[in-house]
Amino acid sequence: MAPRPALLLASTAAVAVGVLPLLYLAVRAHDAGWERILDEIATARTLTLSLRSVALAGVVTAASVVAGLTAAYLVTRTDLPGRRAFGVLAALPLAVPTYVAAFAWTSTIDGFAGFWAAALVLTLACYPYVYLPVAAALAGADPAAEEVARSLGRGPWQVFVGVTLRLARPALAAGALLVALYVFSDFGAVSLLRVDTFTRAIFTAFSLGFDSTGALVLSTVLVALTALLVGGELATRARGARYARLAGSARPQTRIRLGRWRWSALAASAALAALALGVPAFSLLRWSVAGVSRPGTIAEIGQAAGASLAVAAAGAGLTVLLALPVGLLSARAPGVVATVLDRITYLAHALPGLVIGLSLVYFGINVAYPLYQTVWLLALAYATLFLPLAVGSIASAAGQSPPRLEEVARSLGRGPWAVLRTVTLPLTLPGVGAAAALVFLAGMKELPATLLLRPTGMDTLATQLWTQTAVSAYAAAAPYAALLVALSAIPTWVLAARTGVLERGAA
Amino acid sequence: MAELTMTDVRKSYGPVSALTGVDLRAPEGSLTAVLGPSGCGKTTLLRCVAGFERVDAGAITVADRTVAGPGTHVPPHRRRVAVVPQEGALFPHLSVAANVAYGLDRPARRSGRVEEVLALVGLAGYGARMPHQLSGGQQQRVAVARALAPRPPLVLLDEPFSALDAALRGGLRRDVREALRADGATGILVTHDQGEALSMADQVAVMRAGVIVQAGAPAAVYRDPVDAWVANFLGEAVLLPATVAGNAAQSALGPLALAAATTAGGHVTVLVRPEQIRLDRPGATGVPGVVLRQDFHGHDALVVIGLADDVTVTARVLDAVPAVAIGDRVSLTVVGPVRAFAA
Repeated sequence: MAPRPALLLASTAAVAVGVLPLLYLAVRAHDAGWERILDEIATARTLTLSLRSVALAGVVTAASVVAGLTAAYLVTRTDLPGRRAFGVLAALPLAVPTYVAAFAWTSTIDGFAGFWAAALVLTLACYPYVYLPVAAALAGADPAAEEVARSLGRGPWQVFVGVTLRLARPALAAGALLVALYVFSDFGAVSLLRVDTFTRAIFTAFSLGFDSTGALVLSTVLVALTALLVGGELATRARGARYARLAGSARPQTRIRLGRWRWSALAASAALAALALGVPAFSLLRWSVAGVSRPGTIAEIGQAAGASLAVAAAGAGLTVLLALPVGLLSARAPGVVATVLDRITYLAHALPGLVIGLSLVYFGINVAYPLYQTVWLLALAYATLFLPLAVGSIASAAGQSPPRLEEVARSLGRGPWAVLRTVTLPLTLPGVGAAAALVFLAGMKELPATLLLRPTGMDTLATQLWTQTAVSAYAAAAPYAALLVALSAIPTWVLAARTGVLERGAA
Repeated sequence: MAELTMTDVRKSYGPVSALTGVDLRAPEGSLTAVLGPSGCGKTTLLRCVAGFERVDAGAITVADRTVAGPGTHVPPHRRRVAVVPQEGALFPHLSVAANVAYGLDRPARRSGRVEEVLALVGLAGYGARMPHQLSGGQQQRVAVARALAPRPPLVLLDEPFSALDAALRGGLRRDVREALRADGATGILVTHDQGEALSMADQVAVMRAGVIVQAGAPAAVYRDPVDAWVANFLGEAVLLPATVAGNAAQSALGPLALAAATTAGGHVTVLVRPEQIRLDRPGATGVPGVVLRQDFHGHDALVVIGLADDVTVTARVLDAVPAVAIGDRVSLTVVGPVRAFAA
């Protein structure tokens, strides 16, 4: 039993920080006048943008669910050759920023642009958001339920659809939601592949026309779409459904023999890895070899890498700190309040980094000037952007540690805070680690907010990469891109290992 | 002096009442078993005493200190009431020694108390192990040691043996009883297992639908239940309609001596325990009957016998050799006085 009122207060404060950008939107919208905003919303262009963004999100989410689920099933439940290697490879695309992937594809295939090109690149970049939680759910599920289904006369396929898929559904839905929201907020891929979506239109409105009202309106519509999506995901959830691994059922899964499908499955897994990782790698190599621009000195690259690590670490630290009370609240005191607070954190998540960046510039100049031009304002931007990523993994970790343990601790004479420190936090630590890794990873790759909010003179790997590619200095950009991907691979590996795909199960 | 006193404790969850006026006293150093079917509110009772739930009305005192009452709710960590939950609930991230030491302050940890209580539960030398390296029974022993370590005036055990297999249960019950006694702890054991309650406890409190219907020494409660339901819940019972005449009751088993004069005149229900019914060859003095069925339990057997007018009774026979067979004619006599309830 955590101290409820304190936890509630801390969660509310954390969520309030998370919705700062929304307040900015509201203030600016009020300044612009609601009538003008309504006029702007009711245009054919807004409708077209909405439909295109929704369509892109729909296609990418569906494709990511198929790819993520298939990969997760193959590595956790079958005798796929090299499945432990694929277990990590399948997660690694998370380390490749979409603007790097998009650029790799356009520079490899002439005329690679448009809706379907963007859908492919975004799917390859996003499916790990489905793969990771589903693999963890499949690896951790109690095999007894499936065995019972088999014993009641169901075939393997029926068991998969009727039992396995249902056990994995909460993880699947949560991952799909993240993918859809990511597609809403992505800027790199859609701008490079020239697809007119909300983010691209918002960016154009801000940077070309100085028409901030237009951008504002589009952002507001985006928030409304996000609210619909988040509400929709919530509605598909069974009430109170929690499929935690029960204590003592650490029995390994029995693996399905793929038989003659073995080599097709291997080929499919290899193809996925080649498309998602091979193309960017090949392209980076080509840039370095064929390019004429000279890369920066080792010192410059080192400095950028150091800056990237520093801002990502600050962002991860702050985000985890804010996410802890919200995650603990939704695990320990589930209910309307916890759900609403948890869901609100998603609203800012789908906003483009650009809007977050602008709103925090406004906030820094008008409200918190001492923060302006410091790493902490950037960390705050990461926190508002990535809070739901952290809340999710902390809540699921806290949900795994039974409340009974906390009661026993209380009965042994420890106060609420001592119990939090000695029991709840140590047991939630793996989840906190995963949360930090996710946010760290996202922070390393984040571009628009970083461009706007970094202290003057500070360059990160992502901003250097952007600066160099903007002037077509691809060879100069290559080392930054390579280092960015390599550094991002470390937290990705941590995340993949945590799912349990690396554990040696029964053959 | 009583370590625990509950006075008219009430607790409901919304429209569902879990406790509807519980009165209970547990003397110092005793073990009280709260016995009841699932859903009777016994776990709620435990959670109210531990302080995990706030009572709606009534008062609870532990070691002469009011911990719950009108306007009073001492939080769990200030009650000095230790719990042993159903599945042990050891802290998975702490070693056995660290689990046991969890409720101790720094000087107490160095005083050798951890080893002392581990020895008490028969796990001396297990301190360095992690909980997942222990068997279920061992985990439960550690949970008991952990609860005893800070010398709490009251230890609550919530069906601590129900998840263990029968062979393990007996030994563990005895050891836990001994550990509690050696440490001078007062215990409340919640269980739905009659055998467990009767064999372990100094006092049995039978609970039904949110109230304690009877409390007393195990033998007294077994022999002298307050009503037919308690009689049935505590063990095999033969309940027969009868008519009272003076100190005897006339029933299908013939005239039966009453244990106590009953105020209920006329029609009553009498309780005969199966072990009170003696079987003889047919023709001997007694009531004739036919063996309908028998359940062999190893140490004894329960024989179901049909009497006249479709009345069936159950007799417990210790020496089932030479066994009676189904269809055999027997003659029944009741040994000792019986208890009568208002019909």
